[in-house]
Amino acid sequence: MNFSKDRIEWIIVALVSLVVLVLLPALNLLSPGSALHVSTFQLGVWGKYLCFAVLAMSLNLLWGYTGLLCLGQNLFFALGGYALGMYLMLMIGPDPVYNSPLPDFMDFLGYPELPPHWKPFDSFAFAALAVLWVPGLLAFIFGFLAFRARIKGVYFAILTQALTYAAALLFFRNDFTFGGNNGFTDFKTILGADLREPATLRWLFVASGILTLATYCLISWLLRTKFGKVQQAIRDSENRVRFSGYSTTSFKLFIFTLSAVLAGMAGALYVPQVGIINPSEMVAAKGLDVVVWVAVGGRGSKFGPIIGAIAVNLLKSYTTRHFPESWLIISGGLFVFVVLFMPKGIVGLPGQFRGLKAKWDARRASRTAEATA
Amino acid sequence: MSEPPLHRDTDLVLSVEDVSKSFDGFKAISDLTFYLGEGELRTIIGPNGAGKSTFMDLITGRTRPDTGSLKLHLPDGHDVDLTKFPEYRINRLGLARKFQTPSVYTEHSVHDNLLLSLPRARSLFSTVFYRQSTADREAIEEALETVRLQDHRDEIAGNLSHGQKQWLEIGMLLAQKPSVLLVDEPAAGMSDDETHRTGELLISLAGRHSLIVIEHDMTFVRQIARDGKVTVLHQGSVLCEGHFDEVQNNAKVREVYLGRGKAA
Repeated sequence: MNFSKDRIEWIIVALVSLVVLVLLPALNLLSPGSALHVSTFQLGVWGKYLCFAVLAMSLNLLWGYTGLLCLGQNLFFALGGYALGMYLMLMIGPDPVYNSPLPDFMDFLGYPELPPHWKPFDSFAFAALAVLWVPGLLAFIFGFLAFRARIKGVYFAILTQALTYAAALLFFRNDFTFGGNNGFTDFKTILGADLREPATLRWLFVASGILTLATYCLISWLLRTKFGKVQQAIRDSENRVRFSGYSTTSFKLFIFTLSAVLAGMAGALYVPQVGIINPSEMVAAKGLDVVVWVAVGGRGSKFGPIIGAIAVNLLKSYTTRHFPESWLIISGGLFVFVVLFMPKGIVGLPGQFRGLKAKWDARRASRTAEATA
Repeated sequence: MSEPPLHRDTDLVLSVEDVSKSFDGFKAISDLTFYLGEGELRTIIGPNGAGKSTFMDLITGRTRPDTGSLKLHLPDGHDVDLTKFPEYRINRLGLARKFQTPSVYTEHSVHDNLLLSLPRARSLFSTVFYRQSTADREAIEEALETVRLQDHRDEIAGNLSHGQKQWLEIGMLLAQKPSVLLVDEPAAGMSDDETHRTGELLISLAGRHSLIVIEHDMTFVRQIARDGKVTVLHQGSVLCEGHFDEVQNNAKVREVYLGRGKAA
């Protein structure tokens, strides 16, 4: 049996897709008494992880393949979440306390009517488009200014963090019309479907699976084209690319915008599944989390960010249950460990072991040779 | 190219006139005038800080001059003002540059390094739909042959030896089909044998291309300069220009190079 690396990769992708898109939802349909039943809660947790996986892939596209470290990928994720969240807020309908059609924080803050920029969000299509263009436009404008000024490396990373920090401060304000530090919650329906129904959550989970698969396929396809080669060349020697007749600024701008749009879509699927979005999703620490996922899984590899996002979040959910105080220390320690000892992350481990084994074999061989001599 | 068509009445490819450039008050280039003839191989020497690299930066659009003009004379008779274009556009006009430290794409194969250097499909969306044509395949083979890397086609460029990387970069420049090649210290870090072969390669390129070579190694300069002109830069302007022997025997050049020569 001699499968090429590509074949094996596609077999893995097909099998995992089958499990995520068909098997898990099917097991959720079994009666709760059945031993194989997957609870809606479990499905929701994995739906969340899939959104994180897309977020990690979007950062990897930028950092792993183009060499641009963005510490504010969570900002684009949150903006996508807020855009869909606005629609979800407007779908709640009149609430029993204030008996008004406005989102409850607006009643609470004494808004006489819906602010103009909120009005079109009662259309799902409008909100879905906003999920794409709001993060995309912000990335485009920010990227245009940064790349034109030739800002790169650590300076670019710090600026993206500053941008995220500024956005979080803005969203924490009550008068910014996005619910201040409480954000949006208590969602009831999406496209007319009840968000407490297992069926709705099942479909959201399937949608997250499809988004993960589509993002994976898009990135794999881009990497196969000359575009992908230029992208990696920019990472390794941007000057050479520029002096080979490519406008590296346009490439970086396009990739940054694309990665923001992907992150925004992930955020939009995340919000209805967890039922809340608030500015804590925008804080700087969350941006660093994404970097840790990518680094742990394997930067610059296709599966790495998916594996990293899921593995780190599984570890997080375990740790926060058993040692709630120490998660930040563990997460920081994990990052340091990976940077020092696992430069290629989890997906790089087999290669690292092979290297070690080869070294060990060579040493043993030379020792036996010495002994026999 | 917005310039009006102009009949090319010169055999020059590049004219640099009265160019000055300061960085924070430090005059890196002052009133520099320099012409490069078609098919010429010009060697530029000069002590550290003479402004050699800034001069290359100016020609390739990496920095802009404070005053003066930089013009490229295209084969079709157009003159192009180089101060008006970004680097990648200047490169597309036919100016290729080799950096002092080898700049190759270390994670790509030798083949892909050359593929990315071909003057094809360089705009954002055309790269997505690019398909390698037979002509492109042949152009890559030709470049591989010129720089003698045929046997390393599929090797990752990062694994090449230092000398091979320098050669690969020259191959990448040639793949761009440039009219003018700017080569910054091509022999740096090479063995004597490699240096000599690099010299032969550069000599063989003259005529078909115009070249500016910056170099420190005098044996190498003597090898490639032959009957051609050598330009000596000092404190941002041309100290003297002429055949290698003339330059070598020039009193001012000796003073600049051999320690201010007053006691001697």
